[in-house]
Amino acid sequence: MKKTYPVEVDCANCARKMEEAAGKTPGVAAASINFMTQKLSVEFAEGAEEQAVMRELLRVCRRVEPDCAIDF
Amino acid sequence: MSKKQKRTLGRILVTAGLLAALWFVPARGWLKLCLYLVPYLLIGYDILRKAALGIVHGQVFDENFLMATATVGAFALAVASGSGDYLEAIAVMLFYQIGEWFQSYAVGRSRRSIAQLMDIRPDYANIETDGKLERVDPDAVAVGTLITVQPGERVPIDGVVAEGRSTLDAAALTGESLPREVGEGDEVLSGCVNLTGLLRLRTTKEAGESTAAKILDLVENASARKSRSENFISRFARVYTPAVCGAALVLAVLPPLALLALGQGPRWSVWLYRALAFLVTSCPCALVISIPLSFFAGIGGASRAGMLVKGSNYLETLSQVRQVAFDKTGTLTQGVFQVVGVHGATMPQEQLLEYAALAESASSHPISKSLQKAWGGEPDRDRVRDIQERGGNGVLATVDGRTVAVGSERLMAALKVPCEPCQQTGTVVHVAVDGSYAGHILIADVVKPQAGEALRQLKAAGVEKTVMLTGDNARTAQAVARELGVDQVHSDLLPADKVAKVEELLAALPRGKKLAFVGDGINDAPVLSRADVGIAMGALGSDAAIEAADVVLMDDDPAKLAQAIRISKKCLGIVYQNIAFAIGIKLLCLALVAVGAANMWLAIFADVGVMVLAVLNAMRCLKTPK
Repeated sequence: MKKTYPVEVDCANCARKMEEAAGKTPGVAAASINFMTQKLSVEFAEGAEEQAVMRELLRVCRRVEPDCAIDF
Repeated sequence: MSKKQKRTLGRILVTAGLLAALWFVPARGWLKLCLYLVPYLLIGYDILRKAALGIVHGQVFDENFLMATATVGAFALAVASGSGDYLEAIAVMLFYQIGEWFQSYAVGRSRRSIAQLMDIRPDYANIETDGKLERVDPDAVAVGTLITVQPGERVPIDGVVAEGRSTLDAAALTGESLPREVGEGDEVLSGCVNLTGLLRLRTTKEAGESTAAKILDLVENASARKSRSENFISRFARVYTPAVCGAALVLAVLPPLALLALGQGPRWSVWLYRALAFLVTSCPCALVISIPLSFFAGIGGASRAGMLVKGSNYLETLSQVRQVAFDKTGTLTQGVFQVVGVHGATMPQEQLLEYAALAESASSHPISKSLQKAWGGEPDRDRVRDIQERGGNGVLATVDGRTVAVGSERLMAALKVPCEPCQQTGTVVHVAVDGSYAGHILIADVVKPQAGEALRQLKAAGVEKTVMLTGDNARTAQAVARELGVDQVHSDLLPADKVAKVEELLAALPRGKKLAFVGDGINDAPVLSRADVGIAMGALGSDAAIEAADVVLMDDDPAKLAQAIRISKKCLGIVYQNIAFAIGIKLLCLALVAVGAANMWLAIFADVGVMVLAVLNAMRCLKTPK
């Protein structure tokens, strides 16, 4: 399953770091952040529960970029 | 300007004002420190907070940490040395914030301007209920609904014209600015702008499956496929910041120790200052921001010109294309048969054509269609009687009371009519009237008028070799190749052979040079995916082609190919400029700071300045070369 979410992130380097963090979140098969369109696309691993994964993903992203917001 | 940007701008202005005011306050010692801490905290509190959070979360080496360390360090130095020069630390923080503010403002604006360029997403669809137009969400419109598109509005959903005539502007889809006439029964794609008349459409797709939505989806997801340049920057940024921090530490400690060892004064504060200035210089922002921005702008500009590039990586590969393999039919030629000549006619050419067209009037074969078209008249079925199809060889019929035979050499042989062979390539249709030979009509697939020029432009754009792959026979293929100036021809290929040929070409290709395959995307999907870049042409409205190709040219003008290569070359040129410029200036500043030739002021100016110039340079990608 692949889904796209709007994100709010100020700097390109932060987006890059968030992308790395998001990709390592359990339940995420692949994640990429498009800084220009401010969109996060997440490919979920088999059997992952979307809301739970996204909560965790937001938490790890906040660790690298405290000001970021993800709309899910 | 967003709320956050407004707030930051306010803080920048207030801090600048405070600093100017403090200039006139004759405070000394601790009072001065306290007074100067006010603007410092005002401008830098968020940076300090993020730096602290970063350390707590194990994210040590980011630019917040760099800025916090550098400015707190500068404050500490000013206190320790008793110089009371707090201005520098505050100024560094101030300039850093100005830079960040500018970056977010500039990027926000360019993002919006690119998004605007590609804004073909329909906001509403008009549905007529009880004689009144009602605006509804396009997503809520079911397939087969009648929708109304008024002049000046964008077509929201793909459909077929049920009522009305109008002209449509498809520039947002194809880059082609010439408006197109549509009438009842014509297919209309979403994203076009209705220019003149009221149209009623019966929708054929859901909004999400319509052309506009597909194109937007493609372009927006294009940057998810990262180019090698972008990956290089990511890797670079990952090692760069820690490396600079390490170097700063070495700079702060090693020279004083060396001086001590040489029996001189260590001058700790000088080297500490240089190390702090080193940290200020080190933010990799200019690189990290400008490279993806360049690609994004390049892809945006290309889509504006009617070329969809499905990823930054393909835009990059496109610039390295040195060989182009073409499919023939539909790509270099129009893929429609046309009468190109009437030879050896024993009667006026028009009359020969008329007889042939009438005799073939019952057939729907492409060849008979082209005869009808060349003749141009309306077939009168009363003039034609006794039509006999001769299974694949031709037709016998009575036209205006005369027996007419139209068909291949074999038909003529069967009728024992001696016929003249044709010297030119193409399909030859012989005609015999009342049992004697009347001449032959040559039918061929015609070369697109722009094809020759397109190939010349490709050569000018750096393509070294062009190859034509076709299922057609050798003679026709050679003739087309000669006419267009294609370097190499492979004919009589089945679709599977084309894949094999492309693989052969790929194997023979030197490293660093890439092969593009250009086809119509309908029956050559495997070849498209096998080449380094698969380019589908004339793909507007064909989902299969959009799916299979890496680059999609919306209209079928082959001249767009060279333009696509030029766009990618320009974009990549800008990317390399930015990489070289940003890294070069950074290294220069680091060197100047290390030897003490530059202070923190210059360092922060360099940081912000490079970023601004790189962003402005990146925006040039949006303007596409013709």
